[in-house]
Amino acid sequence: MDQRRLSPDRRRFSAVLRVFVALFVTFSLAGFATTVALAGEPVRIAPDATTFTLDNGMQVVVVPDHRAPIVTHMVWYKIGAADDPPGKSGIAHFLEHLMFKGTKAHPAGEFSSKVSEGGGQENAFTTADATAYFQTIGKERLGTVMAFEADRMEGLELPDKVVLSERDVILEERRMRIDNDPGAQLGEAMNAALYQNHHYGIPTIGWMHEMQGLTAADALAQYRHYYTPNNAILVVAGDVTPEEVRRLADVTFGRVPRRAEPGERDRPKEPPPLAARTVNLSDPRVTEPSWQRNYLVPSYSSAKPGEAEALDVLADILGRGTTSRLYRALVVEQGLATSAGSYYSGESLDYGRFGVFASPRGDVQLSKLETAVDGVIADIRDHGVTPEELATAKQRTRAQAIYAQDSQAMLARIIGMALATGQPLDAVQGWPARIGDVTVEDISAAAKTYLDARRSVTGTLTPAPAEGRS
Amino acid sequence: MAQLLVRLGMAVIGLLVVVPASQAMSIQKIDGPPGVEAWLVEDYTVPMIAMDFVFAGGAAQDPADKPGVANMLSSLLDEGAGAMTSAEFQKALDDRSINMSFDAGRDGFYGDLKTLSENRDEAFGLLAAALQTPRLDKEPVERIRAQIAASIKSDANDPQTAATLAVCAKAFPNHPYGRPLDGTAESVAAISRDDLETYRSHVFARDNLKVAIVGAISAKEAGTMLARVFGPLPDRAKLTPVADIVPQAGIIAIDQPNPQTLIRFGGPGIKRDDPDFMAGYVVNHILGGGSFSSRLYTEVREKRGLAYTVSTSLVTLAHADAFAGGTATRADRAPETIALIKSEVARFAAEGPTEAELAKAKSYMIGSYALRFDSSSKIARQVLGIMVDNLGIDYVEKRNSLIEAITIEDARRAARRLFVDGTTMVATVGPAKTKTATAETQVPPQL
Repeated sequence: MDQRRLSPDRRRFSAVLRVFVALFVTFSLAGFATTVALAGEPVRIAPDATTFTLDNGMQVVVVPDHRAPIVTHMVWYKIGAADDPPGKSGIAHFLEHLMFKGTKAHPAGEFSSKVSEGGGQENAFTTADATAYFQTIGKERLGTVMAFEADRMEGLELPDKVVLSERDVILEERRMRIDNDPGAQLGEAMNAALYQNHHYGIPTIGWMHEMQGLTAADALAQYRHYYTPNNAILVVAGDVTPEEVRRLADVTFGRVPRRAEPGERDRPKEPPPLAARTVNLSDPRVTEPSWQRNYLVPSYSSAKPGEAEALDVLADILGRGTTSRLYRALVVEQGLATSAGSYYSGESLDYGRFGVFASPRGDVQLSKLETAVDGVIADIRDHGVTPEELATAKQRTRAQAIYAQDSQAMLARIIGMALATGQPLDAVQGWPARIGDVTVEDISAAAKTYLDARRSVTGTLTPAPAEGRS
Repeated sequence: MAQLLVRLGMAVIGLLVVVPASQAMSIQKIDGPPGVEAWLVEDYTVPMIAMDFVFAGGAAQDPADKPGVANMLSSLLDEGAGAMTSAEFQKALDDRSINMSFDAGRDGFYGDLKTLSENRDEAFGLLAAALQTPRLDKEPVERIRAQIAASIKSDANDPQTAATLAVCAKAFPNHPYGRPLDGTAESVAAISRDDLETYRSHVFARDNLKVAIVGAISAKEAGTMLARVFGPLPDRAKLTPVADIVPQAGIIAIDQPNPQTLIRFGGPGIKRDDPDFMAGYVVNHILGGGSFSSRLYTEVREKRGLAYTVSTSLVTLAHADAFAGGTATRADRAPETIALIKSEVARFAAEGPTEAELAKAKSYMIGSYALRFDSSSKIARQVLGIMVDNLGIDYVEKRNSLIEAITIEDARRAARRLFVDGTTMVATVGPAKTKTATAETQVPPQL
């Protein structure tokens, strides 16, 4: 629902291109919430969080936070855009929109009205691996939103007229997020090249020509197969106890029958990457060229023990912020770039992504910029990081973890996303300690294995002369 | 914080919440250096401190021929200060995970600081140096200049940026609000070290400063820290007077080869201290505020599928007030969308909300106020906003009763005042075909 407005007081801020990217980058860079620990000790994320399972198979996580009489209520379904059937790209996201269109028991708008009258906020989002619905609201209304959310897990109704109008809405969403923005179009092309077989190569919002043909029947097919309590996770963070949540869950979600068995999430896997790929997008709308590269790497769920943590720290030292190697070398010392950095997106089920980016300063050629970036990458791959760099990165992780405990909504997201992508709760809670265990050798091994050009797609965005326009 | 929230809850939603006495706290004034207004919310739940502050002035104090000075300075204060070079300063922040940032708004030069309480002394020391003795060395100045220039160039074809720049220029001619906050390619190239230093010496003072602190620090400790950071600044700012201005009407059509046309619309607003402001705030919510049930959301998105987002807001600046809205739709449906919005805004101005709409909106606004206070950083922002708007230290407790008191007559009056000229400005950014269509559907507005 966020939108830039006509406020002259706003400074520019970069567009969120895709929910997929936004979430992954946010999770990987924003750190994790924890409670307080003594200086220097590893902190533990949400140490008071507990989990249990209802009789129908629905998993429940409760994260007590009694600072304010507010709760964040989220339901996560283990279905995302990577589960879209061939030819039906965008259906997981379209279904997310259609879930606001009413049920047999409650017509369209009634749930949203109840949330709004209670002063609550609501929304939903779709990633490649999961679809989530959430409300933040006064704690006394928790039972109400749970009842409505349980109702739409099984009672969705989709008249054709409503579906067609909403399909126009997602087409506008695609135009806004992707087609109006050459940078986002390049991102789609790079993803499609990075994942040669896995459905992560298909955009979460869908390809325009396939979205235009999506129907109510397509949405209901996914709904019936995946929207079942045994494929859902409830996360409640805020001013509640596990006992209260269990009591409310038993009489709401607990009464929804288990109606499908989605089974193991075994999706098509990538072949061994053999060819370095290059993608260029030239567009008259582009005024400043830019350069980026993505490497195919494992995710937290698919990595060998310690490997994802090493990639996280590697990305931090290589390219997080103005003290990182890439920024120091390219932006400050060599003066070749106006920005440069790297990130690791690891909160996904099958694969992660290691991204590197830079924008040239003045009329520096992209080829020269790429050579300079390659020099920094080669150096960290061949010579590793220093113990001082590692110690500072760990310190940053600990501070980020303490800062992040400030937000119950973010905590619910972090936990929900991790669980929806196959990680157990205690893996989330112990993440800072595992970062603390990373060694310089782990980082060297990860860099040698994964910063390999054959695993990568390099993308360039360049200006093009206008065609057929005066 | 908890006490604050509980008071909110009990005052208005009738919540009964038991809070341990150890968590009880409220907003208190701090004795800082002379002239400085500073408020504190003491809270030890998380071992961190968040501080937001603002010097009145902002980009409106840029030299008329050099917009972008305040913006450039906001990127340079953490690039070396006192004896520390840029690299040393950045490392000092990074080693202790101190988050320090500055932002030039239209009317204020904002700063915020976030630190673990264990690093409090270092954090306030670094902030003092950044404000009092920034080095503005050649290397960082040229680096930041290049970054801003690249960003201006890169945004040139961004439809949102193009619309914002054009709308501001048209609405506020020959006024600081009409100039680009970030400057232009030419002005950024021309900004000198002297320009930056002059701005700092004129705007960074104690009599135009407001500070909000939240977190694990006592009033006495906070007072000491404030004296260190702000005490040595001049007691009086030297600000250039800025004229009041009413946003001008206009029609803007910018040709960009996009598949989707961005639409902005708006008109004059309502002052923050106007007795009808709160009613205006509520009727704006009903027309186009951020919920899934506003009139424009229902008409534009839900019924017709014309757009993914449509929303409106009230903009209150020190010297101008505006009503502003926006949406985006496929290029060939832009004229239809504009016509629909104009007719809905006009209808709402004439009729106002229904009793039921008003009741629902009040219920939402009262209930959702507490959600603005659920983290230290958000509380600091809220408290500073209350200070800037001069709403009083008890505003948090009385705000919901102000909403509750709004009658249907108040709402209808505010709707009429706000929206009768609600679409005197219409701007589109999209392919030229739309431009023609848009121009044809518009009658040039009069003011």
